[in-house]
Amino acid sequence: MTEKENVLTREFEIKGKDFSRAGNISSKIKEILQETGISNSIIRRAAIATYEAELNVVMYANKGILYFTLDPDSIRLKIDDEGRGIKDISLAMKEGYSTATEEYREMGFGAGMGLPNIKKNADKFKISSILGKGTSLEIFFFLNNSGAS
Amino acid sequence: MTLKEIIRLLQAEIICGESHIDDNIEFAGGSDLMSDVLAFAKPGILLLTGLSNSQSVRTADIIEAKAIVYVRGKKPDPEGLKLAKKKDIPILLTDLMMYTACGLLYSHNLSGVYSESDKKS
Repeated sequence: MTEKENVLTREFEIKGKDFSRAGNISSKIKEILQETGISNSIIRRAAIATYEAELNVVMYANKGILYFTLDPDSIRLKIDDEGRGIKDISLAMKEGYSTATEEYREMGFGAGMGLPNIKKNADKFKISSILGKGTSLEIFFFLNNSGAS
Repeated sequence: MTLKEIIRLLQAEIICGESHIDDNIEFAGGSDLMSDVLAFAKPGILLLTGLSNSQSVRTADIIEAKAIVYVRGKKPDPEGLKLAKKKDIPILLTDLMMYTACGLLYSHNLSGVYSESDKKS
């Protein structure tokens, strides 16, 4: 944890396959944001995007790190995972496309909505992936405009 | 419609969040698929689900649901119930099937969450 010049940063480790703990980090981030007085609609979008990103690491990667940065203008989430990566990003961004196992579908997830939903909730979204290595997401929420709904 | 009225209509039991029994619920949605709930739900929703793992409660917390109704005689697992108590999310249990529970609420004027395509039809 570091705090300087009005910038707050946190790092969180995400364990792959640890489904029971998925969501802990998004809850923590939500709590941090609620203490800052940021508008509820932005907090809610950030919490949904964080949760979706956490679930993706749990379901598809061995482990990951979520870097959280809050400055006066924006919230930035960067999620780097070590895992199988994504072969075709444009396909992965389509609603309904999923490579989730039956096990995860039975748990209520893996419907191919995660990445599109992160993009929908974010003000700015970047994704890159190396097959066999992992995936990196960057998700931004801007605090000084209304952004997405 | 208050939670108290919903309990009566669905012949439900409330096992957590009893202090919210007089809270007003304006709309509801039913799904066992949390992926869809995360994509389509609106804050304040009454979530009906048959998914009993703790992620159903986690999802309800993230989307800011007002309460959860577990249908088909399901109940949250111990971890989910613990989380619901911590987050103060009311939990209702009913033996009714999803379709029947949703139908009863809808027929008593509890609105749904509308997607863009619903509005066009």
